[in-house]
Amino acid sequence: MSLGKFFSRRKRDTEFAREIETHIAHEIDENIARGVSPEEARRQAYLKFGSARRVREEEWEFNTLRVFDDLWRDFRYSARTLWRTPAFALVAVIVMALGIGANTALFTVVRSVLLTPLPFKDPDRLIQLYEKSADNRHLYNYVAGGMYAAWKKQSPGIEQMGAYGLRTVNLSDSGGELPERAQWADGSWDLFTTLGVAPEIGRFFTASEDSPQGAPTVILTHSLWERRYGGDRNIAGKTIQLNSHPYTVIGVLPASFVYPDPHVQLWTALYHEEDPHQVQRVDVHNYFVVARLRPGVTLAQALSEVDTATKRVHMNHPTPFTSSSANARTLLDGVVHDAKTQLYILLAATTCVLLIACLNVANLLVARSASRRKEISIRASLGGSRIRLLREQVTESLVLALAAGAAGLPLAWMGTQWLIHSRPDLARVDAIHFDGTVLLFGLGMVALSGMLAGLVPGASFLRGPLLESLQETSRTNSSGSSSARLRKILLAVEVAFTVVLLTTAGLLLKSYQKLRSLDLGCETRNVLTMQFSLPDVQYDTSARKSAFFSVLLDRLHTMPGVKAAGLATSLPGQGYGGDASFSIPEHPAGTQTGLNAMIRAVDPGYFQAIGIPLLSGRAFEDRERLQAGLSTVIVNQSLARLYFPNENPLGKHIRTNIVGDANFEIVGVVGDTLWNLTEPKGPTMYFSILSGEWWWSSIAVRSDQDVSGLALPVQKLIAQLDPNLPISDVLTMEQSIGKSTLDANFTSMLVLAFAVIALLLAAVGLYGVLSYLATQRTSEIGIRIALGAQRSSVVRLLLFDGLTPAWIGLVLGLVGSGFTVQLIRNMLYGAQPLDWTIFTAVAALLLLVAATACAIPAWRASRLDPVQALRME
Amino acid sequence: MGGMKKPADVDMLKGTLDMLILRTLVMGPAHGHTIAHVIEHTSENVLDVEQGSLYPALHRLEDRGWVSSYWGASENNRKAKFYQLTAAGRKQLVAEAGRWRQIVEAIGRVMGESLD
Repeated sequence: MSLGKFFSRRKRDTEFAREIETHIAHEIDENIARGVSPEEARRQAYLKFGSARRVREEEWEFNTLRVFDDLWRDFRYSARTLWRTPAFALVAVIVMALGIGANTALFTVVRSVLLTPLPFKDPDRLIQLYEKSADNRHLYNYVAGGMYAAWKKQSPGIEQMGAYGLRTVNLSDSGGELPERAQWADGSWDLFTTLGVAPEIGRFFTASEDSPQGAPTVILTHSLWERRYGGDRNIAGKTIQLNSHPYTVIGVLPASFVYPDPHVQLWTALYHEEDPHQVQRVDVHNYFVVARLRPGVTLAQALSEVDTATKRVHMNHPTPFTSSSANARTLLDGVVHDAKTQLYILLAATTCVLLIACLNVANLLVARSASRRKEISIRASLGGSRIRLLREQVTESLVLALAAGAAGLPLAWMGTQWLIHSRPDLARVDAIHFDGTVLLFGLGMVALSGMLAGLVPGASFLRGPLLESLQETSRTNSSGSSSARLRKILLAVEVAFTVVLLTTAGLLLKSYQKLRSLDLGCETRNVLTMQFSLPDVQYDTSARKSAFFSVLLDRLHTMPGVKAAGLATSLPGQGYGGDASFSIPEHPAGTQTGLNAMIRAVDPGYFQAIGIPLLSGRAFEDRERLQAGLSTVIVNQSLARLYFPNENPLGKHIRTNIVGDANFEIVGVVGDTLWNLTEPKGPTMYFSILSGEWWWSSIAVRSDQDVSGLALPVQKLIAQLDPNLPISDVLTMEQSIGKSTLDANFTSMLVLAFAVIALLLAAVGLYGVLSYLATQRTSEIGIRIALGAQRSSVVRLLLFDGLTPAWIGLVLGLVGSGFTVQLIRNMLYGAQPLDWTIFTAVAALLLLVAATACAIPAWRASRLDPVQALRME
Repeated sequence: MGGMKKPADVDMLKGTLDMLILRTLVMGPAHGHTIAHVIEHTSENVLDVEQGSLYPALHRLEDRGWVSSYWGASENNRKAKFYQLTAAGRKQLVAEAGRWRQIVEAIGRVMGESLD
């Protein structure tokens, strides 16, 4: 039996009917020709043919697939039933569509980001290696060049190892394109072979190019090659300018190579770029290390080899900054690190919402099947099979789920697109795509939610006497008690899930609020920031760099609308910005190990411009430029407290190797600032940027009004000073903080949205159950009121009934939250997982919503006219 | 629900009817009414085709690709569905006719012996 015949049987039947008609017409013609009267001719013709209907029906049956036919009938029956209650159907479909849509969208992201292997050869053998700082504060720390070299020699379990570092570069070429600042990575020559990629065009570095004496070479990423060089297939051998130095393009990476993140545009050779002395050191942590395990070697085995090698290096170079242990994780984990927890939290939240949605629909279906109890009982007693009744119920919920899927899958697609656009910083965001697997998952979700929502209420058909309900009348007050109990259980579970979502959202939100309200230690309102870096060809002397900074400052100060302007190599909140170890000549030599502070270079007006308080001493002065600027240092409060406890740091000295080993006199102490919102503040040293020893800087411009209007004028001003100098990261201070808290903001907002949906669903559920119970008990309430019961006691009676599942669910949910929040404790900043204010607020909110949802039907019931109620029978 | 089950012996007849229909169509395309008449007349009214089963048989043959059909004008200018033998149908007819002859001969031999 073919499906084609099954679906075309209606057409075939009509054709058959016409064929029979023709046949009978011919027979009549023939009979008339034989001289029979037309009347008789017709009679005989029909008699001879027999039952046309029977033949047609037989053929129809023959063309029919039983299963399909039954399914189709159930389907139409369900669709008709649902059509009669459009409000119910619409609510159920919307609820499920939201659940299915959100869940499928998150699945798409989780699959692409966390589950799809990286596009490298045998990606399961690739790992990333790290140093572990002695105080365990940096579990996955950068690796020092000397350490990497030691690992390479002493880890037999590793087939190949490569390293890379990240930096930014000014990119220009003779093609007439504007100069730009690009993210740049320098990789060891064996990095690409370790990863197992082949170039799309040309070749990778050779070992001799990856050395200080090698010729300068560069490899382009596919996206840069397409964007800036128009996909020129003859690019290999051409020369481009990086920081005004000529580099020969030797190859282009394939499009699939988006590593370590989409921002990296070019690759140069590690040992050619880095300072040969620096790259040998074991205590300057700068690089990422990727390794390929030999077949059969586990991550733990390789880690123990590398760890031993680290300990050996530490013994030979026992400086405070030489790590004594190593760490490792899979390369995929290294790439996605932070995204993992976030995405799993969101996936869990959407699964919760989908579950709640299913429970809600199940709940609504229970209510409906309860109101159809009599019909069902009659059908069962007339011999209708229980399986058949169950099948009808499941079909009905499947029809709902299908409709929800039809709405939810486009929703999922839109959700995914939205996520890609709003989170371009997400790891592997380029790998996210919607495909057949996602569609299958969505259909699976549709089937699962349909089954779940249908089986729960349908299960009651399979057990218990159906006949009993025939004997029930609405005067027996126990009517429908078993289905009411089922609904209450469903509700309690629903409420419990809602509570878990609410507490999670509350905690994440609180943590985000804390993050946003943090004091960076400087002015953040109406501050515009941007970055640049001076190429060392044109700016080859300290004098030239210093002069540029001076002119730039002068021009900025006189610009209309600018209230204050300052330069710093790294602004508050813009990251670590480098550090240096030092000693204090005034202190006894033996007591000083591991003195270390972050470094910033700033201009004389910087502290005042950005509102960092000067606590004692003075700021830099204009005369402290070039050599004269290399004898003074300003420290922050943390440094003063940590290294000069109980003494005045002013006038003391700091000996450090910034530009050759030298002493710097401490001339001022300023307030602390945060370099990263989620990291504790640390000791910091400020030097004079006018010394000309620094070639990059951030500009901070402060204004009285909205500062974003100044972005263009400032850029134009810089273009006047040097038309070839690219500017990057033009952001207001608030935007740049927003960027760094995007993660927290995003996750907490989404979870909150899901929690609100869940709360709404729970409220709808509570309202539905209580309305139903109240209707069931109409006559009972009528009798009570007729016998003189107070209306308030009726309200109380019903409220108690409705709130029971709410508080049971609440208790369950609070206990569940207690466990759940432990899972997200890593994501919380400044918030305790067991924050009693959140738990109390959630409980109060939930009870309030529950009480409101229950109050309406209870109040309505209390206003029943007893006479009316009793007459309703 | 399932249709009425037919007695088992009809199955053999069905096969025979198929063969008779195919044989009739050798002479050219015909519609159902003509086919029934031709069978009745050539068999000198011994074989009375049950007209109700003629059409399901025709449809079956069409499904198997042994005949094809088209709507055309009949001899007295009615729109009728004509059936036509296909190449596969011709092959099938040869095969069935061969088997039929074998059976008839075999039955004849059996009947001849037992009558002796």
